[in-house]
Amino acid sequence: MNETFYDVMRRQGITRRSFLKFCSLTAASLGLAPAFAPKIAHAMETKPRIPVLWLHGLECTCCSESFIRSGHPLAKDVILSMLSLDYDDTIMAAAGHNAEAIIDEIVEKYKGNYILAVEGNPPLAEDGMYCIIGGRPFVEQLKYAAESCKAIISWGSCASWGCVQAAKPNPTQATPVHKVPGLADKPIIKVPGCPPIAEVMTAVVAYLLTFDKLPTLDRQGRPQMFYSQRIHDKCYRRPHFDAGQFVEHWDDEAARQGHCLYKMGCKGPTTYNACSTVRWNEGLSFPIQSGHGCIGCSEDGFWDKGSFYERLTDINQFGIEANADTVGGTAAAVVGVGIAAHAGLTALNRAKQPGAER
Amino acid sequence: MTEPTVNTPLPAVYVYEKPIRLWHGLNALLILTLILTGYFIAAPLASVGGEASEHFLMGYIRFGHFAAGYLLAIGLLFRLYWAYAGNGYAKEIFQPPLLSKVFWQGVGHEILWYAFLAKEPRKYAGHNPLALLAMHFAFVWGSLFMVITGFALYGEGTGQGSWQYSLFSSWVLPLFGGSQSVHSWHHLVMWLIVCFVLIHIYVAVREDKVSRQSLLSTMVTGWRTFKDDKPLDDVH
Repeated sequence: MNETFYDVMRRQGITRRSFLKFCSLTAASLGLAPAFAPKIAHAMETKPRIPVLWLHGLECTCCSESFIRSGHPLAKDVILSMLSLDYDDTIMAAAGHNAEAIIDEIVEKYKGNYILAVEGNPPLAEDGMYCIIGGRPFVEQLKYAAESCKAIISWGSCASWGCVQAAKPNPTQATPVHKVPGLADKPIIKVPGCPPIAEVMTAVVAYLLTFDKLPTLDRQGRPQMFYSQRIHDKCYRRPHFDAGQFVEHWDDEAARQGHCLYKMGCKGPTTYNACSTVRWNEGLSFPIQSGHGCIGCSEDGFWDKGSFYERLTDINQFGIEANADTVGGTAAAVVGVGIAAHAGLTALNRAKQPGAER
Repeated sequence: MTEPTVNTPLPAVYVYEKPIRLWHGLNALLILTLILTGYFIAAPLASVGGEASEHFLMGYIRFGHFAAGYLLAIGLLFRLYWAYAGNGYAKEIFQPPLLSKVFWQGVGHEILWYAFLAKEPRKYAGHNPLALLAMHFAFVWGSLFMVITGFALYGEGTGQGSWQYSLFSSWVLPLFGGSQSVHSWHHLVMWLIVCFVLIHIYVAVREDKVSRQSLLSTMVTGWRTFKDDKPLDDVH
């Protein structure tokens, strides 16, 4: 009924040689054996192109910005041409009623056969009035588009976890996609990160389109191939951690030497993402390599876990900012003083009892 | 309880069998190791100089923590088994009689005793009711919490597919809302155990001096001796 991916690519001027290169590259980035490259090529030559609806809720567009900067130019060209981004209000040409009509058209034409990519999330407070798109609350658009889609991709930490707009006290009641009440029961792939790595985004789309199935997800719904290890597990500064060599101040010798940023509050040991392997900007660097600790942007609720420069989470129930060491240390000190006082009283008591028997 | 003979202290009772005593000593050492190494994992020592290849300080500290953690977990499993295989006193800390009225009266009396409001403590062959509460809720549940969260954190390193990850990390991490929260809770409960240890040692020494039964020697020999001839308040 439609052009295949390969047709589209050829039409866009991509040579067969580039196309085959892309197939090998995709197989490699997905961690598949070389034998999969021809399979990917075959799939793309024979399968009709699947349209993608790319909706934007409460967000900052950093996911889109990341996506269009997909590191490898080849991959970017191919993916962008293979993704029929029929609706993406940031980069589409249409506007106004014409643009909104595209959603209806896709939902009708490709019922049950399009991918719904969601960037950002819907605020539920005041019936969703904090995010209006085309005159209607975003949450309605989201539910409508989700009803007939094949699968949902939750782009970034907003759609996956809630991110900054859902940070306490969350006045607009911003809600991650999988927690939206009444949303159609579709498979959801979370691709968290603020933003997610471009190559991770393109690889997830490539996987979905070529294999026509979801990538293996972990228990929290993230593609295992990119989110199964911590930044810390593959960090190039890990030897300094194991040796016990830490940056203690931002301007000390250890910082110049590139030692471990653990004591500066690096969240690498608690953050699941592919930054330390895939890296950013064509593999140029990633936060730790540039000398700043990981802030854990792909973790659930990372805005609510205290300072980016502290290892321990703040415990806000205590009114003032406190972490496990303040609370625990205070408790231990109170217990210690209590014991001393109690021992003193015990001794005094016994001294007062004449002839107290042993 | 039979009426004791007049003027001679009650006969000694064999409370803690040898495996329990050995476990207690080993467990104390392990907890001390875990607290120290754990603290230095969270707040590492001053950096070492030279090349990274010359040192493995954090590696050794973490190894110590993990090894002690494994032993603690195995010890707890053994202790659980001994609750079944051992004598009546071995079960005590796992099943405090929370529904018994007498038990709660005992707790009340014990609190009065520690508040210097009761003249005399009651007399127990096993744990006194208040001690039992602390043992059960702070030690048993506290240790279990540390073992479960500990293995969950360990499984992060061994990775998906490892049994530690499948059995622990896979459900503990989402339950707490991420790795960092599990780290923080593991750290916070460490302080609970520090408080427990402080009170545990203080109370044991104090009771040994001022109560009506032996404490410290019982820890070593297993025999509970009594300082007077009045009947026991716990029934076994």
